[in-house]
Amino acid sequence: MSEHDYIPKSKAGKWFNDRLPLLSLASHLTDYPTPKNLNYWWTFGGILTFCLLTQIITGIVLAMHYVAHADLAFASVEHIMRNVNYGWLIRYIHSNGASMFFLAVYIHIFRSLFYGSYKSPREVIWIIGLLIYLLMMAAAFMGYVLPWGQMSFWGATVITNLFSAIPLVGESITTWLWGAYSVDNPTLNRFFSLHYLLPFLILGLVVLHIWALHVPGNNNPVGIDIKKPSKDTVPFHPYITIKDAFALLMFMIIFAGFVFFAPNVLGHSDNYIQANPMVTPAHIVPEWYLLPFYAILRSVPDKLGGVILMFGAIFILFVLPWLDTSKVRSAVFRPVYKQFYWIFVIDVLMLGYMGAMPAEGIYLVLARVGTIYYFLHFIVILPVVGLLEKTDPIPVSIAEPVLSGGAEPSLAKKDNGKI
Amino acid sequence: MDKPEKKTNRRDFLFTASYTVGAVGVGAIIWPLIDQMNPDKAQQALATTEVDVSQVEPGKSITVLWRGKPVFLKRRTNEEIAEARSVALNDLPDPQKDEDRVKDGKDEWLVMLGVCTHLGCVPLSDKGDYNGWFCPCHGSHYDVSGRIRKGPAPKNMEIPKYEFVNSNIIKIG
Repeated sequence: MSEHDYIPKSKAGKWFNDRLPLLSLASHLTDYPTPKNLNYWWTFGGILTFCLLTQIITGIVLAMHYVAHADLAFASVEHIMRNVNYGWLIRYIHSNGASMFFLAVYIHIFRSLFYGSYKSPREVIWIIGLLIYLLMMAAAFMGYVLPWGQMSFWGATVITNLFSAIPLVGESITTWLWGAYSVDNPTLNRFFSLHYLLPFLILGLVVLHIWALHVPGNNNPVGIDIKKPSKDTVPFHPYITIKDAFALLMFMIIFAGFVFFAPNVLGHSDNYIQANPMVTPAHIVPEWYLLPFYAILRSVPDKLGGVILMFGAIFILFVLPWLDTSKVRSAVFRPVYKQFYWIFVIDVLMLGYMGAMPAEGIYLVLARVGTIYYFLHFIVILPVVGLLEKTDPIPVSIAEPVLSGGAEPSLAKKDNGKI
Repeated sequence: MDKPEKKTNRRDFLFTASYTVGAVGVGAIIWPLIDQMNPDKAQQALATTEVDVSQVEPGKSITVLWRGKPVFLKRRTNEEIAEARSVALNDLPDPQKDEDRVKDGKDEWLVMLGVCTHLGCVPLSDKGDYNGWFCPCHGSHYDVSGRIRKGPAPKNMEIPKYEFVNSNIIKIG
């Protein structure tokens, strides 16, 4: 099963494998023992890999036609849309691909939160995943600046100005980021350079993410440690590859739906107006996937405080494995945590909605309540629930669930007769 | 070879010296890589702008671009000046007298960066609760002197360096 005893059949294969064990690696990936009860929430790793490759391939093509200059960028994007063969298709795949990427990553993250995949011994997988998420946000933000529309320009202005909240050195840092005294041509140029770089850094982190995953192996819906290989596992290929492929097809249908039928529904019409440093659009909103954090930023009536809380909302996730005190991974066996989990999901969705609304009146009040609850969930609820909660009985293996009552019926069904 | 300890010390010195030279070398090459991102000479060359304000009527304002940022030049009416000066300093989050925000003897001219001190949007004129400016991005209200009154912005709108070349021309920068 493991790569240690793998010997290629052909003589040439053996010769090569002795010098560079790529075939051993391929064998490890094919035979990799995977829990047999993985549900469709586990298919998003594969979907995310697809999203990353889609962005890299379409991005390289777009860079062949795009011009990173404040006077030419806007026109060059229109040139791609109107003149370049299939330019409209490639650009719409790239711009909607960013949204699809974030849709998939949020499902992936919330799956991890539900099934406790961030807990020991998978903390490093979780942290690398968060680093990928941070780089994704940076790449998406800089990519959004490149068309040099009104939202590009003012989004860049607002986000780079976040750094001016840092005491003493904030203004210098902002000027340094701009390469000018406002968002200007030098800013656009460097954003293009970094936007091209970041996906390859993400790709490197993805390799580490998967490597770290292959050390303890996958978590699973019941969240228990399993023997590998055993009757609880199946080989990755063909069992998981075929399931991943089916899920990917479903995902691509939704993706194609956006690309062909509603390519601009997730964008903002103001970005079809060329950047104008004299006029701020009446209502600035970031892309949908950043809205919850934007709501947190605006809910604080203090510049530095808002910036600290916004970044804090992301960085608190890095210590999540140590804030959650429960030894039980899966929420399936955590009746109390399960309820708080769903409240938290609703809280984040609500914050996202508030981020899209004007920061006044009832929206502001709700955004503040949502922000307080967001932090309460991590700082108070998770540690306390983990200590006080009476969890349900946990099965000893996937094949042999607990006798009665505790586990989900679907888990207890199959081998009931035997027990 | 009968003094191994002394030999170790000698090696320690070499290690420390190597690390130090290495660190200086790394620093020397990293700084140019960092500093290249600061505004270049072409950006710095755009440091001044001259504006002819002879056509601006009292109560009106014009906006010009300076270093990529809008600058508001507002010719205030006597009522507006009186309003700005009647505000108690205690009511201001960033206390500053209106007199300190204009040039002596040119009280009607308010010249300031049209940039919200919160996150850099351009505030709208003649809007907001204080007869001055209102930033649509995150709801900061400024008064007729460009001072922050309400909202998340921490400071008054900045007064750039400027001078009157003659009674009609203002040189910014």
